[in-house]
Amino acid sequence: MGYLHDIGEYFMMLKNVFKRMTKGSVLRTLIFKEIDDLIINSMGIVAFISFFLGAVVTIQTALNLGNPLIPKSLIAFTARQSIILEFSPTFISIIMAGKVGSYITSSIGTMRVTEQIDALEVMGINSVNYLVFPKMVAMLLYPFVICISMFLGIVGAYIAGVLGGYVASDLFIQGLQVDFIPYHLTYAFIKTFFFAFILATVPSYHGYYMRGGALEVGQASTTSFVWTSVILIITNYVLTQLLLS
Amino acid sequence: MIKVKDLHKSFSGEEILKGLNTSFHAGKTNLIIGQSGAGKTVFLKCLLGLFEPTSGSIEYNKVAYASLNNKQKRDLRKEMGMVFQGSALFDSMNVAENVMFPLIMFTKQSKAAMKKRVDEVLERVDLIGVDHKSPAEISGGMQKRVAIARAIVNKPKYLFCDEPNSGLDPKTAILIDNLIQEITRENNITTVINTHDMNSVLEIGENIVFLKDGHLEWQGNKDEIYQSENDALTNFVYSSELFQKVRKAQLQGL
Repeated sequence: MGYLHDIGEYFMMLKNVFKRMTKGSVLRTLIFKEIDDLIINSMGIVAFISFFLGAVVTIQTALNLGNPLIPKSLIAFTARQSIILEFSPTFISIIMAGKVGSYITSSIGTMRVTEQIDALEVMGINSVNYLVFPKMVAMLLYPFVICISMFLGIVGAYIAGVLGGYVASDLFIQGLQVDFIPYHLTYAFIKTFFFAFILATVPSYHGYYMRGGALEVGQASTTSFVWTSVILIITNYVLTQLLLS
Repeated sequence: MIKVKDLHKSFSGEEILKGLNTSFHAGKTNLIIGQSGAGKTVFLKCLLGLFEPTSGSIEYNKVAYASLNNKQKRDLRKEMGMVFQGSALFDSMNVAENVMFPLIMFTKQSKAAMKKRVDEVLERVDLIGVDHKSPAEISGGMQKRVAIARAIVNKPKYLFCDEPNSGLDPKTAILIDNLIQEITRENNITTVINTHDMNSVLEIGENIVFLKDGHLEWQGNKDEIYQSENDALTNFVYSSELFQKVRKAQLQGL
């Protein structure tokens, strides 16, 4: 029953996000602040992880290709497919559930325990709209983060493959272009939009409805990370089934 | 003026407020006192419109809150200021931005006019030169002053304070009490303070509402407290030896 209650409460929160919008000029400022906090501040870690992820995928693929009949360009093909289809959209989203999700839950949770949310409500402000809506709008730029991640993943793969002596540069470039299906990018970005929505709203829910003090803020952040990851993985499965099968 | 008529509030079948009838006057410091669990916070939240009463009514200047539509309720909320127990200042804003927040949200004033009003209010609460600091960089007493400044910046008709003295040293607590009382009188605000602090009760209590187990047990002013024969009230107010001596001295006319 507890889970049903939480699911119902989550959807009620989503409904309330779009009620009684905050003043436009205030919202604009909040959205820019959230873009800075959620998107720009995540670029460093996303770039770092993506680059090395691409590199590792390349090395592992190269080391597992023992058969001389298999063309070396397959290394780039494998790296490209892994990065575009799964590593960038899904793996980076799990990382973001830890980074951005925990930040959202702890910042909203702290506002809850220090009565800042009550202060907004007393003033007649729709606190859910004020706190959650700017995050949802800011996360519309999340596909841009994933785009950068894909690019850097492939750059990492190229550098590791070529500089490591696993594959020649021209073969790598050739492998990147083999059997490229543009729809795979569409699929990846559709997933990313869903993931962005989950990353903005599930941690917000855990922060907004938390009760207790500082200890509970920490617990809520952990719970938020776990549930955001679970929902991301289930959504990933469902979308893959729907879009690729 | 706020008038409360036969106010009941229950949670999951448990009745917290049991038929309160009272009124809070403009230009006076109205205090709600009582032991923990007496229903003070629930009462305050009902007055703020955060809790809907199970039955009964609350009238703000002769207009029943329940009779208002949602927009009218929101408009009424804009006439309310609230000082929270922990100040509830927004961490992401500095002092000036915190105070300016209600003006930005609810008025169409120019930035210069808002800045002027913020400076006026900060000066009124004796906070000069801290407008650029974040709430974490100022003391608890200063945070309370900022909270008061934010509550009054939009010239509210009603001011609610939830234990404004908690966590403050006695001297700062008296300063905050006096500040609230002065602002109440200057602006003819209906101020309702929820407090445990007996110093406040005996210092600024112009209309004291004593709650016990969700009932209105006693109502009067600070002078009437000394004369009261109500056992529950005297046990609560004079629970410490110091206050017993104060009462004795008062009764003996010392």
